[in-house]
Amino acid sequence: MNGFTAPEVAWGALSPVLVVLGAAVVGVLVEAFVPARARRLVQVVLALLALLGALVAVGLLWGGVERTGGTAVLGGSLVVDGPALVCQAVVAVLALLSLLVLADRTRAGQGAIAPSVATVPGSEAERLAREKGLQQTEVYPLVLFATGGMLVFPAAGDLLTLFVALEVLSLPLYLLSGTARERRLLSQEASLKYFLLGAFASAVLLFGVALLYGYSGSLRYADIAAATATPSPLDGLLVLGSVLVLVGLLFKVGAMPFHSWTPDVYQGAPTPVTAFMAACTKVAAVGALLRFVYVVVPGLQWDLAPVLWGVAIVTMVAATVVAMVQTDVKRMLGYSSVAHAGFLLTGVVALDERGVSGTLFYLLAYGVATVGAFAVVSLVRQGRSGGAQLEAADLSAWDGLARRSPVLALAFSVFLLSFAGIPLTGGFLGKFSVFSAAVDGGAWPLALVGVLASAAAAYFYVRVIVRMYFTPPADEALPADEVLLVDDATAGSPSDAATGTGATALGTAGTGTLVAARPAATRTAVATSQGLTAVTVVVCLIGTVLLGVLPQPVLDLVGSAAVFLP
Amino acid sequence: MNPSNYLVLSAVLFTIGAMTVLLRRNAVIAFMGVELMLNATNLALVTFSRMNGDLVGQTLAFFVMVVAAAEVVVGLAIIVAIFRTRQSASVDDVNLMKG
Repeated sequence: MNGFTAPEVAWGALSPVLVVLGAAVVGVLVEAFVPARARRLVQVVLALLALLGALVAVGLLWGGVERTGGTAVLGGSLVVDGPALVCQAVVAVLALLSLLVLADRTRAGQGAIAPSVATVPGSEAERLAREKGLQQTEVYPLVLFATGGMLVFPAAGDLLTLFVALEVLSLPLYLLSGTARERRLLSQEASLKYFLLGAFASAVLLFGVALLYGYSGSLRYADIAAATATPSPLDGLLVLGSVLVLVGLLFKVGAMPFHSWTPDVYQGAPTPVTAFMAACTKVAAVGALLRFVYVVVPGLQWDLAPVLWGVAIVTMVAATVVAMVQTDVKRMLGYSSVAHAGFLLTGVVALDERGVSGTLFYLLAYGVATVGAFAVVSLVRQGRSGGAQLEAADLSAWDGLARRSPVLALAFSVFLLSFAGIPLTGGFLGKFSVFSAAVDGGAWPLALVGVLASAAAAYFYVRVIVRMYFTPPADEALPADEVLLVDDATAGSPSDAATGTGATALGTAGTGTLVAARPAATRTAVATSQGLTAVTVVVCLIGTVLLGVLPQPVLDLVGSAAVFLP
Repeated sequence: MNPSNYLVLSAVLFTIGAMTVLLRRNAVIAFMGVELMLNATNLALVTFSRMNGDLVGQTLAFFVMVVAAAEVVVGLAIIVAIFRTRQSASVDDVNLMKG
């Protein structure tokens, strides 16, 4: 028997992942040992520091990777190269921004997370949990675990790491989507749907992994790619396995026809979690998809191109059409995110170097606007001033928002214009770069469909802007359907005065200025942020505009990082 | 015995699992379908491992078992929470969101 040989581990290259996952484990210990009163503060600070630390670690690795083109660590299980580092940096920034939204409980103490998720909605136990001012602080370690998985996902260099990272990022998200404080039935429903469909998709991906392993005898991307070069009687396994793995990845990206979870989960999950999920999951999944398509199966281009083309076209067209008829703002943003998955796929299908850099830029622009948009959604409420306020889900509640809160309306308009791809916003350059890459890569029909779909999509984005600026706010009470009644009962009174000042629920977020509180019943209000959400909105606003006006530094950065280490 | 028979069995089990997820209405049964899919994959992995004469597939099978266990923890927690709220675990009842 040989003695045990310790593996060589390049700790430095792993540091972004280690910092985040280590902090997540510490966060679990904090739950056990820190007194309840101080727990939330400790968790928030710990999570923020961890994400900052990951960002710094990525920055430190950047110079070396730019010089050498990247390294494979742990025997190739994890590949630290340009695209991986860009994805990790983007995930860390976006997670940081959405964490700020998650940590903000508003001045009225009505945060997004239920005081105790385990209690039955509408029960005595839930009322008691509210009165006692309980807080479900486990969400912060869960966010960190999910972020850790997202950092590994685009850097995975073999199929085993890919699968484990997929599960590490998914499992916390299933739980997080069920933690909403208001509309808890919808939240639990979102959680169940996400879980069942997500588990199904991971099983499909895993079967694809098994087939690829059977084909090539290895899990390493590089070995599988080498095996595709020579024809073999097992080629059927290769094609079927690649398609199944792609289906698993496209599910996470949220492309049609694997999108059915997206609108439901985006609508039901707590808004900060939706922001996190919409932005970071998309970045991580598209990063993993890029690596799989560019490294493992470029030899299969002729077999897989029709599949990817079909998915991209169906996604862009159908999602745009369905988004037009939505009346719930989060659901509309959900379908818009599905449409963006289609635009991102055009960059992936382009299969040239500019496709990679274009997609990476698009991811950043899309992510920043998404987090910002959901941060705004988390502040616009409907309900009695000073009483229980629900997030203004229905678009009719957004009528005339510009009069109540010009800052929020302006920010939301910029984010929507960026989604629509209007010049001088980040979204325009993102779309321009993926479409031009698609034309260069010979996929001009995709670019054509993409441009037409963007033009059509502008309709439902601009419709919201028109409502905010030019439609007078409806003064009659909103029609309360059954669901709303249940939720109102569940929402209870905000007597968990952990952060006090319950009466000053009206005001503009950015400045904290109070506007006259109307005593009437159900109407749109704007929750006063504790400052954290306002920071996110402002940072995302500046980011979106800067990416549109002065994109050159970022374009250079992603341009120099667009080569995958085989 | 020819090891490819095990692959056929694994494909059949995987298909039964997938059909269970798609057709059965009870969340717990649907979840059992997912578990069947994962275990069918394990069978395929171990068979391929035998055919290739290395241990990579068996290692992966262990990871899959751990992940499946973690998934049970999360999944049953969600299903129990839903059941306590609605007194039902049917996925047809969970339909507040549409469109």
